[in-house]
Amino acid sequence: MKIKGRVWVFGDEINTDLIFPHSAFRVSPEEQIKLVFSDNRPGWSSLVEKGDILIAGKNFGTGSSRPGAVLLRRLGLACMVADSINGLFYRNSISYGFPALQCPGVSSMFEEGDMAEIDMLEGTVTNLRTGETLKGSGLSQSMADIIAAGGIEELLIKEGYMDK
Amino acid sequence: MGMTMSEKILARHAGVPAVKAGDILTCQVDVAACHDMFFTVAGQIDFEKVNKIADPDKCVVLLDHAVPAPTAKDAHGAVKARAFVKKHGIKNFYDVGEHGVIHQLLVEKGFAAPGRLIAAGDSHTCAAGAMNAAARGFGPAEMMYVWCKGETWYQVSPTILYRLHGKFASQAVTGKDLFLYIAGVYGDATNMNVEFGGEGVGNMTIPQRQSVATMCAEINAEFAIFPCDDLLRDFLKERGDQTIDAVDPDPDAVYHDVRDIDLGKLTPYVALPHYIPKNCCPVTDVEGTEIHQVLVGSCSNGRLEDIALAASIVKGKRVAKNVRFIVTPASQKVYLEALKAGYLETLVEAGAVVTNATCGACYGGHMGLLGPGERCLSTTTRNFKARMGDVDSEVLLCAPATAAASALTGKITDPREFLGG
Ligand code: SF4
Repeated sequence: MKIKGRVWVFGDEINTDLIFPHSAFRVSPEEQIKLVFSDNRPGWSSLVEKGDILIAGKNFGTGSSRPGAVLLRRLGLACMVADSINGLFYRNSISYGFPALQCPGVSSMFEEGDMAEIDMLEGTVTNLRTGETLKGSGLSQSMADIIAAGGIEELLIKEGYMDK
Repeated sequence: MGMTMSEKILARHAGVPAVKAGDILTCQVDVAACHDMFFTVAGQIDFEKVNKIADPDKCVVLLDHAVPAPTAKDAHGAVKARAFVKKHGIKNFYDVGEHGVIHQLLVEKGFAAPGRLIAAGDSHTCAAGAMNAAARGFGPAEMMYVWCKGETWYQVSPTILYRLHGKFASQAVTGKDLFLYIAGVYGDATNMNVEFGGEGVGNMTIPQRQSVATMCAEINAEFAIFPCDDLLRDFLKERGDQTIDAVDPDPDAVYHDVRDIDLGKLTPYVALPHYIPKNCCPVTDVEGTEIHQVLVGSCSNGRLEDIALAASIVKGKRVAKNVRFIVTPASQKVYLEALKAGYLETLVEAGAVVTNATCGACYGGHMGLLGPGERCLSTTTRNFKARMGDVDSEVLLCAPATAAASALTGKITDPREFLGG
């Protein structure tokens, strides 16, 4: 699972309420994605292009069980990498088919607009501008399989627990 | 090699004799609970298309975040929840009138119990660790997976052991202060379990342990587990538990780190906006800071003894003119007990607003949101930017005694002046 794309850089402690704000609780999925980071970076969601990559600092996704990962995926991001990722956000990223990688040191390796190449299984992140590479903890095969299937809902449909 | 409490519970539920940090396991889950936001918020999981769940008796559904419904969308979510429990024969359903914040209700109704593996669609699910359970939050898709299949995967995380000694020096210092001290000094526990031990645990009330275990979500802990001691056994017997299936850590359990804390040295603590790890300080550092609202409530500190403490501080006095003092009990049961004990009367006489039991303003839902430029001192769980209202508001977190004392003065205040110690 290799991904190449343009990078957006965020800092430490980017919490779920910033990714999936309370204002997005009672609107349609189409409206929800416009509200991603509306409190800390208004206007950002309209700048994202399909295949972009999000890079962040420590404790990305700290906070709620609300599935921020699904909004990031629907917004068009290809994947994300952070110095560290909250365990619940990490599980949500797998459940919703959005690849996420923990790679300590990654946040200081990129400037916004750089191109990155990421190998999700190997756990390697390369800055294509500087040539610098770091190795984090790659996805296990079973988690990569859930992501490749399109997330848990697709699995439940396939196994007959849910109607299509 | 010995095992920690988390490891023992995971091993038991994976049906294997032993596990160690790093292992990935499939475990049978004992209880799986979801609240109203699972049904209200669009685009999370198509729950109406589910046709088969594994064991309805292991499912719990309850309404807590938005009760009684403050918007028509919330009312619609509740309608869907009622239809879902009916379709799938889920008997453990707690509607408006029997309601309470999920983590309080799981304890009150006996679902959170020693040795159990508990899943809930809420990040503060680690709260049930106060009952000697391994509990963690899941997102909506994974909750549906657990409901459908009765199991899910767990990765065994390394464990940090906090060994507690002595006892709190003042009535004004409680579990929340211990947590804020831990978070402030040691920072996050991302991808780690947190366990508690030491003779000091016995000097902490059960609600104080619930407050600490709840708050461990804020340091990104996976599980947060207290041992099962005599105090917990008494609590469980009073609750009516027939059997107690506790886990103890092995004496040779392997920890990532062991940290000793003397409860007697702790003082009232506060978390500053807009995050908690390494962002907390003694209340004396911020004394005198102006506030506009004080809130006592939530799964962290909306229990009877929290409300009793707040009432004892404001009894016979008046809340400062510049402050709104809001008290939100964590459940109908807590509300009724506080009512019978006269605490609610004392609070209202002092000028507080007592709301219905709900998550309410804790997640920015209803009943006590903040406007631009406003600052709230709160016993709730989170101080994130815009959590409780306007993007230009601030939330600082504290324990109930600090909250109540500050409500009287209208600025952040050391509660020890009011309670001694
Ligand atoms: S009281 Fe607050 S932290 Fe607790 S479950 Fe409700 S919204 Fe979440």
